[in-house]
Amino acid sequence: MGPELGHVAAIAAFVLSCLLTLAGLIGGARNDGTLLRLSQSLTVGQWTFAVLSFVFLALAFLNDDFTVAYVAENSNSQLPDHFKISAVWGAHEGSFLVWIVIMASWMLAVALRGGDLPADFRGRVLGVLGLLQSGFLAFLLFTSNPFERLVPLAPAEGADLNPLLQDVGLIFHPPILYTGYVGFSVAFAFALAALMTGRLDAAWARWSRPWTNVAWAFLTVGIALGSWWAYYELGWGGWWFWDPVENASFMPWLAGTALVHSLAVTEKRGTFKSWTLLLALTAFSLSLLGAFIVRSGVLTSVHAFAVDPTRGLFILVFLLIVVGGSLLLYALRASTIQSSVRYTLLSREAFMLVNNLLLVVSLAAVLYGTLHPLIYEALSGGQKSSVGAPYFNAVFVPLMVLLALALGTAPVLRWKDTSTGLLWQSLRWVALAAVGLGLVVPWVVTGALAWQVVLTVALGLWIALSQLKDWWRVGLRRARLAYVGMACAHLGFAACLLGAGLTTQLSVERDLRFEPGQSHTVAGYRFEFEGTDAVTGPNYLADQGTFNVFRDDQLLFTLTPEKRRYLARNSVMTEAAIDAGIWRDLYVSLGEPLDPNNGVWAVRIQVKPMVRWIWSGAGLMALGGVLAILDRRYRRRRVRVADAAAEDAADARDSARAPAMDGKAGPAVA
Amino acid sequence: MNRASLFVPFAVFLLILLFGYLGFSLNDPHKLPSALLDKPFPTFEAEPLRPGGKTLRREDLLGAPVLVNVWATWCPTCRAEHDELKRLRADEGLKIVGINYKDEPSKARRWLAELGDPYDFNIQDPDGRIGVELGVYGAPESFLLDANGVIRYKRVGDVNPRIWRDEIQPILTLLQQEAGP
Repeated sequence: MGPELGHVAAIAAFVLSCLLTLAGLIGGARNDGTLLRLSQSLTVGQWTFAVLSFVFLALAFLNDDFTVAYVAENSNSQLPDHFKISAVWGAHEGSFLVWIVIMASWMLAVALRGGDLPADFRGRVLGVLGLLQSGFLAFLLFTSNPFERLVPLAPAEGADLNPLLQDVGLIFHPPILYTGYVGFSVAFAFALAALMTGRLDAAWARWSRPWTNVAWAFLTVGIALGSWWAYYELGWGGWWFWDPVENASFMPWLAGTALVHSLAVTEKRGTFKSWTLLLALTAFSLSLLGAFIVRSGVLTSVHAFAVDPTRGLFILVFLLIVVGGSLLLYALRASTIQSSVRYTLLSREAFMLVNNLLLVVSLAAVLYGTLHPLIYEALSGGQKSSVGAPYFNAVFVPLMVLLALALGTAPVLRWKDTSTGLLWQSLRWVALAAVGLGLVVPWVVTGALAWQVVLTVALGLWIALSQLKDWWRVGLRRARLAYVGMACAHLGFAACLLGAGLTTQLSVERDLRFEPGQSHTVAGYRFEFEGTDAVTGPNYLADQGTFNVFRDDQLLFTLTPEKRRYLARNSVMTEAAIDAGIWRDLYVSLGEPLDPNNGVWAVRIQVKPMVRWIWSGAGLMALGGVLAILDRRYRRRRVRVADAAAEDAADARDSARAPAMDGKAGPAVA
Repeated sequence: MNRASLFVPFAVFLLILLFGYLGFSLNDPHKLPSALLDKPFPTFEAEPLRPGGKTLRREDLLGAPVLVNVWATWCPTCRAEHDELKRLRADEGLKIVGINYKDEPSKARRWLAELGDPYDFNIQDPDGRIGVELGVYGAPESFLLDANGVIRYKRVGDVNPRIWRDEIQPILTLLQQEAGP
């Protein structure tokens, strides 16, 4: 009975979303109070039924209802309860239901928290979101129904959740990632509503920014979690593969990052307007394109869901309507939105533009690399080709170097115009320190000077020092939350860059043969192998190795990597043992038994410097995004014009350096 | 801004969608493009992954049905299918030859030492040239060749027990019958 109720709830949510589309868009166009109030209630309604639908599916998992095909394929009675819940989003159908629930929740948030929006504007936004939600629900109901029964041939036992997904990181990764993806739909709807009404002013940007920041922060955390999961779960210490599905999440992130910055310019300076609109449309369109790539099976990937032609076709048509329609509207209406503000090459606006261009070029490069197999195939009439990680690294790394160079300069720049003298005065010591430390630190720590390492350290310090120096100028405690958020995010980017660059350059990786009792020394750590024991997990058997790790004959800790065999699918998983640290991770994974009778194993040992900085940096970026919107100017329910002006004056204090206005910067701040 | 330029994003999007549609409709990505099916495996000359071995040629693939598996250490799916390849080699006695695609030989050798080696031998393809000849689309891909070196089946994506049971094994049985008693 439960699954049928879930199915009915999904149908109800679909009907309510369709009605919401009409009520919101028509109510918005006519400014009809009744319809607009109705759109609020419909939003609450579709959320309620979407959540109910999810609850019934989760219950089917918890009750081991293997008459439901989706449960039978992705669960097992031996599976621990928390994995039974996460198995709901372990494959295509259920994960799409989670996508829908998250979409419904964003819509609910707009309906409940959007009190400072004009009613007609909010109606249009809800209408657009309702249209998207109807499309998602139709996709679920017509091509991917998770409630389908296997009657009368129901199996007695389920096939089990893919062991790769039986992991805590994977409980959180998809929902957080989807929250980011779907969250961009709000900025998308805001942009469409702006195009419909022709209204795009500072207030519009101010409304859009919190929604965009939160979505962006979730996406950042989601991507970082995925990378972290790949690092410890795939068992060989890689953290980014340029896999089509990773790219599918990275492209909206790049567009979203550009959007966050462009919105700031639109709010503060009233310019970049049509560019901001385009980015808002692009960020969500790329989320949808990513969904197409992941769920149509058009590109091969480790993440790819089962291939089903009807799904691919459905998403293509949906993309054509939603993205094509919105870009067409953009083409027809964007010219009505004018911005006429002047700025010079050496101004914050110009550097925001540089930031945006670099991000968009990176985005284009990743997009091209991801779609290359499709393009090549179409042009060559069926031949196939692909670009691998080497292409992405060759294109992406130089762009990030340029971005880092620009980012180090940005905090000092003021709106409109900045004098070269001021720039030189503010940044010369930072530049000198970055280059100096960039040379000295690698020399002292590694005893060598590899130019890649020097470049990485110098760039990381360049961003961090310049940002910290500016924070110091503003006043560490006097700085407003919006400023603190920005500084946090930039420091996070620096940390990420340092982590990624140094891990790539300086990791030590050794494959060794271990007999019980034998020791090997890697990068100053001595690893002593005690042998393996057989251990039994809830749904797997494992060989667990024991390694004592010594430094200078001092026992530091014991690491216990495992080789697991999951019983239901008879698949083998490598469970690495990691000693995590700020400056380095020790990473031990069991390879193959070389001589099973004598307990001899092939073992891979890796020392990965600063690899945690990648994910901590991403965390710091996300934190920055959230801190920025806690700033008091976003908290006000209604921003009155006078208040807004006062706030802007306060911002000017943060962003411009008052004594420098007339070019006489005092040494006190230098 | 020029009004016409506002249509650029729309045009770019339509182009992407067109490629998406073509890529999607041209063929099922997991099936072999008909261009290569029943065609002889391309000739090649390449170094073996094992140091010191003799140069490998197309002739080395002849004589018995063989599964040619395109793999790389940078490809997570290859890792996922590795156990199945080992099982096929051990339990089914399938002859498997690897093409180590756009990879570093030292990493590839370590990978095999660590995870076990299901391959009869491995062909190095560091710049992906053989891959281009084969129309390789991404790793892993597998080709089933008959005793005369003709491609009879291709799989894009991992080889798993289901693929073995439903797709490879039936064709292999056919090939063995063709070869005669």
